[in-house]
Amino acid sequence: MNRFSDFMLPPAKSTTAETTDALFHFINVTSLIFLVGITIAIIFFSWKYRRRSDEDVTPVISHNNKLEITWSVIPLILVMIVFGWGFTGYMNLITIPDDAYEVRVVAKSWLWEFHYETGFVSVNELHVPANRPVKLVMSSDDVIHSFFVPDYRVKMDVLPNRYTSLWFEVTEPGESIVYCAEYCGTAHSNMLATVFAHTQEDFDTWLETAGSADDDMDPVELGEQLVTRNACDTCHSTDGTRLQGPTFQGLWGSEREMEDGEIVVVDENYVRESILEPNARITKGYQPVMPSYAGTLNDRQIDAIIEYLKTLQ
Amino acid sequence: MATSEAKPTNKIQVRRYKPEEYPEKHYLNEETGIWAWMTTVDHKKIGLMYLASLAFFFFVGGMLALVLRTELLTPARSFMDADVYNQIFTLHGAIMVFFFLVPSVPAALGNFILPLQLGCKDVAFPRVNLASFYIYVIGAVFTLIAILTGGVDTGWTFYTPYSATTGGNVMMMTLGIFILGFSSILTGVNFITTIHKLRAPGMTWNKLPLNMWALYATSIIQVLATPVLAITLLLLTMERVLSIGIFDPALGGDPVLYQHFFWFYSHPAVYIMIVPGFGVISEVISTFSRKIIFGYWAIAISSLAIAFIGFLVWGHHMFTAGQSSLANMVFSFLTFLVGIPTGIKIFNWVATMYRGSIDMKTPMLYAQIFLFQFMIGGFTGIMLGALAVDIHLHDTYYVVAHFHYVMMGGMVMAFLAGLHYWWPKMFGKMYSEKWAKFSAIIIFIGFNMTFLPQFVMGSQGMPRRYFNYIDQFQSFHQFSTIGSYIIGIGFFIMFGYLLYSFFRGEKAAANPWGSRALEWQVSSPPPLHNFEHTPVIINGPYDYHKPMSEFQLGIASKHNGHHAGEKVDISTTVKDKA
Repeated sequence: MNRFSDFMLPPAKSTTAETTDALFHFINVTSLIFLVGITIAIIFFSWKYRRRSDEDVTPVISHNNKLEITWSVIPLILVMIVFGWGFTGYMNLITIPDDAYEVRVVAKSWLWEFHYETGFVSVNELHVPANRPVKLVMSSDDVIHSFFVPDYRVKMDVLPNRYTSLWFEVTEPGESIVYCAEYCGTAHSNMLATVFAHTQEDFDTWLETAGSADDDMDPVELGEQLVTRNACDTCHSTDGTRLQGPTFQGLWGSEREMEDGEIVVVDENYVRESILEPNARITKGYQPVMPSYAGTLNDRQIDAIIEYLKTLQ
Repeated sequence: MATSEAKPTNKIQVRRYKPEEYPEKHYLNEETGIWAWMTTVDHKKIGLMYLASLAFFFFVGGMLALVLRTELLTPARSFMDADVYNQIFTLHGAIMVFFFLVPSVPAALGNFILPLQLGCKDVAFPRVNLASFYIYVIGAVFTLIAILTGGVDTGWTFYTPYSATTGGNVMMMTLGIFILGFSSILTGVNFITTIHKLRAPGMTWNKLPLNMWALYATSIIQVLATPVLAITLLLLTMERVLSIGIFDPALGGDPVLYQHFFWFYSHPAVYIMIVPGFGVISEVISTFSRKIIFGYWAIAISSLAIAFIGFLVWGHHMFTAGQSSLANMVFSFLTFLVGIPTGIKIFNWVATMYRGSIDMKTPMLYAQIFLFQFMIGGFTGIMLGALAVDIHLHDTYYVVAHFHYVMMGGMVMAFLAGLHYWWPKMFGKMYSEKWAKFSAIIIFIGFNMTFLPQFVMGSQGMPRRYFNYIDQFQSFHQFSTIGSYIIGIGFFIMFGYLLYSFFRGEKAAANPWGSRALEWQVSSPPPLHNFEHTPVIINGPYDYHKPMSEFQLGIASKHNGHHAGEKVDISTTVKDKA
């Protein structure tokens, strides 16, 4: 059973995963018994009652009430068990413990922002304490996304016009992948994130130092890190490949034609505007799909990105 | 043609006719020429025109699927861009659902077979029938224009607000599907009326072939659910063209409302697709087991029950969408209820085979493949109905595999069973049993190779509609892709032997399967107006315990039934012997 479970399901890393997995296995085993039984009956009948001559006479068996009631009631009982079990598990999934640690999640095409109590914002990296319930309060800046962590067996759509929430309690420190599960356009399949579960002490330390580690870093190095951390490289390559946005290679100082025909030189002000108000001026041939980073990146960080862009010639 | 043989029944004399074998004149060689076909009101020709269109769309949709699977051979870009990939999966879904699955059995096989099974000359409104075909064509043209002028990348579900913001020609596409819906509604109205009003004398409701019960249930869904799709698409258009906020939060609308609207149609639509398949399977299993169907009423009523409960389960597509937990509970509960009548059908079909005389011809082989694959589709549906598990599996490849097992593994197999079953009746030609079985087995192997790994991938968390994926899934994807090529080969073989049969096949007898059903008592291919005389129905379509001679077409007097003065109200005077 364990080997089957390892093959079918990702490792179970949350407190609620066990119930889900147990039901998953129950339905699989019960279905398999029915499937094998009925398939054997079909094959057996096909062989045993194969046509022997064109004159074969078959008996008149038009119905059998006892049999028909039996095969209606037994499945009915089974599906009601499945219903009750599934519903109980679901109630646990939506009943958020009061002492849950809260993180605010903002989904944008195509990245995840995580806002912590200190005001720190991480992109595509969610840090949480293990062995403590964590509540995510989520909303979207544009279209519908869906927050999905297979290891925790949780999923919730993230909507543009309301908050949705979801909770989990990670059982041990480790990393898990986050997918966007609701189709959201071109880079839907690149909208991934990672959850880092720390022990409570490690988490506290991380939260205290988060962001401040950047202070003593060289601007170019910091810029390079910010480009990865903020998922700029989901849409902007650094090696000349054309993705959803223009490549950063050779961008600095070049002249670009905008959608309205205007010619723009890529300088400090243009880069700053593109980060804070990305859709103000769109390079010809590209779609206005970039989310704004206003409130996510501060001036010092934008400076660092500019310094980094200068090195990509 | 007449071996006049008087069979004494309870009260009336019935004069019986053997069908003319290898008729010189039939519906295919009377009224020929392009113009005669384009303006025909003959349900058989309209059925064939639908069949040709369906074959075309199935080919297009299938090729798109192979292109998608090829792209998925590698985790990153293989040969196309993400935007192209997104457009192709949208087209694959939209074409297969709206242009193939919805009209497949009702419009193509149903049109051909419905009047023949009821014993009438044509459907109740022959001109409306032709109109619905042209509406289908017009809808298809609009969709084609949409594809050629920018494409659509929203997925076949057109979820807002994405569909409201993305580029491409979403408007044209939804307009095409809007138009298509009317074709579906008109076919439904036509079938309901025909089944109520045009049954041959003696064909009481308890002698109605189960295929007719299935089409009846389907038509009810078509008439009641399709208008909701039209309303939804109209609201979507109003929003995009007139900027009235309905679904788009930027304008003050609610995107979840769109999902309710969409699934209110699209879930019953799933039953529009699958219920007619149930009808075909009932016919095929009874014929090739040469045995009375087990639990006639259970099968007939379960079709209606599925149609009815099917209207009340749409919310199970939205367990993670942010609807209330109470709604989730109710929808989950009702979803399980719809599983029961489906299970009953399967048990009844298997019970029909018990002590039968089973002839494993191609249609029967497809029916058994249907049973096996549809069971897997059904059981995985139970899995997805369970709330806690669905939270994990929703929007993953598990769902993709589930509906392909139901739609392709179930519905398409039922369609192929029906196509091979009625092929001799349609064209008066037999196909090669050897090649047909060979391709059925190839398709069976390919299908399971393609979709079984997707259950595993989905359980492990692989989300659907992903252009890139993480490396751990690559071996599953590759296995799946190889499977899809094998399906392609299977269909290619099928195309080959059916084409050969069409041009050079051996001539088919009127009743090659020894069926008791009414459509097999006319010659193959049938005469232009189906029946020379209005037939009299005395036995049920599955009464295999009675001699074949009792099923031959008959008229209820020595004279031609059209003569005045000989009127016999058969439905009230004939006592049911069964």
